[in-house]
Amino acid sequence: MTTLASHELTIDIPGRDSGSPLGLHIRPGQIWGVLGPNGVGKTTLLHTLAGLRPPRSGQVLLDHKPQASLRRKQISQQVGLVFQDRQDGFPATVLETALIGRHPWLSAWQMESSEDIVLAEKALQALDVIHLRDRLVSTLSGGERQRVAIATLMTQNPDVWLLDEPTNHLDLHHQVAVMNLLTAKANNDKAVFMCLHDLNLAARWCDHLLLMYPDGEACWGPSEAMLVPSALERLYGQRLITVEADGAPVFVPVRS
Amino acid sequence: MPGSSFLRPLVGLVLMGMLAVLVAVSVGSSHVGFSKVLWVFAGGGSELDRTLILDLRLPRVLSAFVVGGLLAVAGALMQVLLRNPLADPYVLGLSGGAAVGALLAMLAGTAGFIVSGSAFAGAMLATLLVFGLAHGSGSWTPSRLLLTGVVVAAGWGALITLILSMTPAARLPGMLYWLMGDLSHSGQPWPGMLVLVLVCLLVLPLGRSLNVLARGSMQAAALGVSVRPLEWLIYLLASVLTATAVTMAGAVGFVGLVVPHMLRLVLGNDQRLILPACALAGGILLVLADTLARNVIAPEQLPVGVITALLGVPTFLYLLYRSR
Repeated sequence: MTTLASHELTIDIPGRDSGSPLGLHIRPGQIWGVLGPNGVGKTTLLHTLAGLRPPRSGQVLLDHKPQASLRRKQISQQVGLVFQDRQDGFPATVLETALIGRHPWLSAWQMESSEDIVLAEKALQALDVIHLRDRLVSTLSGGERQRVAIATLMTQNPDVWLLDEPTNHLDLHHQVAVMNLLTAKANNDKAVFMCLHDLNLAARWCDHLLLMYPDGEACWGPSEAMLVPSALERLYGQRLITVEADGAPVFVPVRS
Repeated sequence: MPGSSFLRPLVGLVLMGMLAVLVAVSVGSSHVGFSKVLWVFAGGGSELDRTLILDLRLPRVLSAFVVGGLLAVAGALMQVLLRNPLADPYVLGLSGGAAVGALLAMLAGTAGFIVSGSAFAGAMLATLLVFGLAHGSGSWTPSRLLLTGVVVAAGWGALITLILSMTPAARLPGMLYWLMGDLSHSGQPWPGMLVLVLVCLLVLPLGRSLNVLARGSMQAAALGVSVRPLEWLIYLLASVLTATAVTMAGAVGFVGLVVPHMLRLVLGNDQRLILPACALAGGILLVLADTLARNVIAPEQLPVGVITALLGVPTFLYLLYRSR
């Protein structure tokens, strides 16, 4: 099981000041939510943690080893990422799309075996898209594509799951299903770290939160400590009403 | 997708390839029956038939096969590189660069090896120019690369016209044929075949990485592909393939566009299957196109590039039409 950590990390967004450096420890069993307004660098942070773009300063550590010193293939066995935007240049079926998640685990000459196909089908099943198995991804709805993308990550089965807005395009039921799936994965010693727009999903399912403020400041910690109405109001520049339901706080924006 | 399912289409293409070669060798100014051709291949036949088939027709037919294979594989690789089914060595101006190189050498009065070498240099220069200019800050945006290629190709076109207008009339016909793509001066097929086989062997183990790369460079990196080295390698291989093809047959267009597209419609988009299938199907297409070019207005010969362009232009337009 892998712990993903960042040491004095500042992300690199051209033309922006480096904010406060991040010293995160994302451990197996934890579910992290990243909250912040648009354009604050949540996606850039995810890409940096996945090793897809270099940080401005500091480093990302995988089990205390600098990520930059590891081979791409090794990183992708430990860390996986669901992107916010996907590019489909060439037609591919749902099953083929989920199967590319096996890429990090196969050598160059190896073909996907029947076990790999079973893994992919299980993932499609878990995300309720198995009935679309042979459809072209380009013909699916936004929410179905989102679930196929998460199924691809599940097929990849890394230790650390990074997800950029995993509930985008999903209807209410599937939002809950995905969050429950991620919780089950965390209980199974995966580490989950995701950007979320829905404050209440984060409050309900995440046990740790990272708040990224527009001025570059950031704070992080266990959810109970982070869900302070005044801090959240400053985060979004939006006044909130806090109510309690089902034992958890629910934040409702003030209308005017 | 177990490997055995790849075998059937490839075996089918090999058989079709053999049939195409057989037809191409037997058809011509003097028709030779299939049985006679097979007899000659087996080592028999009259002196005349042997010369006609083994020394005159077979090298040209095999050259057509090799050039078609080279161009189709180059096209398929570039399409993965640019994540764009419209990419093709001809569209991106690589053939144009090679043509300028060759024409300059011809204008200087050289022939043979120097023309070939100069075409090769032109193709490599064109690739470097297109990919260098499109690279800009950081990464190759596929649309920018395609656009850069198209504009650079137009530039090569202007240079070609300039060279032609400065050329003495007596030398024009040879140049024109070369520009349109012509197999009658292609020489021995073996060096090209060696390049084709070597490149195919080299890209086969990269097939799955290319499948992942076709889904975008970020996604590929997240799945463990070292994107930058892989992109450079494909780019280099595609350039070598194109340069070799252009050196053999001049600027034959659109094979790299038509063949991968047709194969993807039938076989899907697994590069481990598509790339070897492209080598075979590209070969078949050009063998048949060249047979047509040799015979359609016999005893006159058409440049094979005319036939491929007549096939390629509608395909390109259809692809564009469908993509909107």
